[in-house]
Amino acid sequence: MYLLRLALASLSNRRFTALLTVFAIGLSVCLLLAVERVRTEARASFASTISGTDLIVGARSGSVNLLLYSVFRIGNATNNIRWDSFETLANHPQVDWAIPLSLGDSHKGYRVLGTNGDYFEHYHYGRGLSLELAEGKPFQDLFDVVLGAEVAQALGYHLGDHIVLAHGVSTVSLQQHDDKPFVVTGILERTGTPVDRTLHISLEGMEALHVDWKNGVPARGAGKVSAEQAREMHLQPTAITAVMLGLKSKIATFALQRQINEYRGEPLLAVLPGVALQELWSLMSTAEKALLVVSVFVVLVGLIGMLTAILASLNERRREMAILRSVGARPWHVAGLLVMEAFALATAGVGLGLGLLYVGIAVSRGFLQANYGLDLPLALPSAYEWSLLGGILGTAILMGSVPAWRAYRQSLADGMSVRL
Amino acid sequence: MTVSLIKLTALGFAWPGQPELLNIPTFTLDRGERLFLKGPSGSGKTTLLGLLGGVQTVKRGNVHLLGTDLAKLSASKRDRFRVDHTGYIFQQFNLLPFLSVEENVQLPCRFSKERAHRAEARHGSVVEASRHLLAQLGLAPDLGTRRADSLSIGQQQRVAAARALIGSPELVIADEPTSALDADAREGFLKLLFAECSASGAGLLFVSHDQSLAPLFDRTLSLSELNRAARPLEN
Ligand SMILES: Nc1ncnc2c1ncn2[C@@H]1O[C@H](COP(=O)(O)OP(=O)(O)O)[C@@H](O)[C@H]1O
Ligand SMILES: [Mg+2]
Repeated sequence: MYLLRLALASLSNRRFTALLTVFAIGLSVCLLLAVERVRTEARASFASTISGTDLIVGARSGSVNLLLYSVFRIGNATNNIRWDSFETLANHPQVDWAIPLSLGDSHKGYRVLGTNGDYFEHYHYGRGLSLELAEGKPFQDLFDVVLGAEVAQALGYHLGDHIVLAHGVSTVSLQQHDDKPFVVTGILERTGTPVDRTLHISLEGMEALHVDWKNGVPARGAGKVSAEQAREMHLQPTAITAVMLGLKSKIATFALQRQINEYRGEPLLAVLPGVALQELWSLMSTAEKALLVVSVFVVLVGLIGMLTAILASLNERRREMAILRSVGARPWHVAGLLVMEAFALATAGVGLGLGLLYVGIAVSRGFLQANYGLDLPLALPSAYEWSLLGGILGTAILMGSVPAWRAYRQSLADGMSVRL
Repeated sequence: MTVSLIKLTALGFAWPGQPELLNIPTFTLDRGERLFLKGPSGSGKTTLLGLLGGVQTVKRGNVHLLGTDLAKLSASKRDRFRVDHTGYIFQQFNLLPFLSVEENVQLPCRFSKERAHRAEARHGSVVEASRHLLAQLGLAPDLGTRRADSLSIGQQQRVAAARALIGSPELVIADEPTSALDADAREGFLKLLFAECSASGAGLLFVSHDQSLAPLFDRTLSLSELNRAARPLEN
């Protein structure tokens, strides 16, 4: 196609503007694709945070709040659940398994979860994946701790290391439970869920940490209970934070949910994780959609930059058009030339954008995985991404038809006689 | 019977919003003829050439090119007819600066199958035809691959002449092609142009305000004699 050759030659004659235009489009395309990938990936990894659990039970508050602290380890419970309520739930005829969760302590910014061995057996994520130990074994001793993959990696812990947990979850001036250090006995495989950022200890261990605490402050002097003394004590917790329930039959889920919500012993709230996840995601999806809209506009800005550059070049190129007319180019050739120019610029921009995206993903992948649990795939563009790119090229052609129309009119009026 | 290369009858033309510029009762150019059309600048020479190419359309009268009434052709047929049979050389800035010299010469063959065929018939290929013409017009072979805007003005005009001649169009229209050249270069350029026109049998319509070139041509006409339109006062 000779017109394309002419368009490219003419563009390379205006290399500097052309490159700048391609660069602007490329960056904007890269941004759009990156936002799209992060969005898709975030949604996927979000939805697969928890699976296999039929109900999550906590003190009565909002369902999103309950999901946030029990699954995402964000925020705090407003209230606890009494141990006898937990036992009532665990012994309910419809309940297959019940995992107690006790939260409230932390270690260097990572939350500590007190639970029991059932957690490792019944907590599932993704499509029914269960937690696997990369090293070591689940906690058995009172002062054993099992680390999430990210905790171990970020803090450089290995099996056998001694660590001290802190009371509370704020990051400043924490009271250290330094009288009762824990030993790392297990490190979990990476899951891409909040489990990676959690330290797991037994409920009894959690109880032991606080056995000598009164009204939120540690005992002093004679009141202190040493680690050794704690081992001799009866460490039955009196309260926990939340419960994960697996039912014998899914059909019973709604009935049991209602029963729990109407439980007379204390005000409880039971939520279906899937429903709560959706509710939570819909809260965030506004931001996520806004991000997409913004990046679409950035692409538009890039394309308008291209339009400006082409329009600005038209006047100085009247001579070029007149020469083409004199050697036999028809007005639609002249118009086609400009559309092709726009198309070529946009195609190069899209290509550059894809290139930047892949380089960007390749470079930042490890970092994103480690810090945000986001595993951006280095895969070929999805059908949706192709359609976005196609839309960009289509828009570029539409935009190119603006200068094309002007050049068409101009070359009809000028003919071969451009007076300089 | 022989058909005139160009035949104008009762032609009238005015630019929009301007008084009548051209009113030419009759004008003919024969095949192979070399005509010098003189006229001061602003007298409508370039406008007339545009009408001959069908780029502007006449308000009244007829323009026949090789016996074909241009007004009877559709716009796109007229465009095609024009390149098939006419080569153009302008005053200056004839070339696309971003193409090589040879590619500039080959341009008409890209848009006209007819001229491409004729170039192939005579020289084997379009590329060969362009090289042959460049050589005939005294341009060294190694200039062929250079960017067009790296040549001097005189060289560029010779490239433009080669482009007008490629594919042997019946008519070559030259609109003051020598006005950017100095006196010595002018005659040299004209001699080469004439030689090539004769070689391909093309008629030449050469317009200029520069009287000194007139003796070299078969025939000389003054636009002001041809043109009956009321002339605005010159200052
Ligand atoms: N494209 C155009 N649009 C409007 N007026 C034009 C155009 N081209 C030429 N003219 C007018 O026509 C007149 C003759 O111009 P032109 O044919 O270029 O003369 P010449 O070639 O003899 O110098 C001028 O007065 C000019 O203003
Ligand atoms: Mg003129």
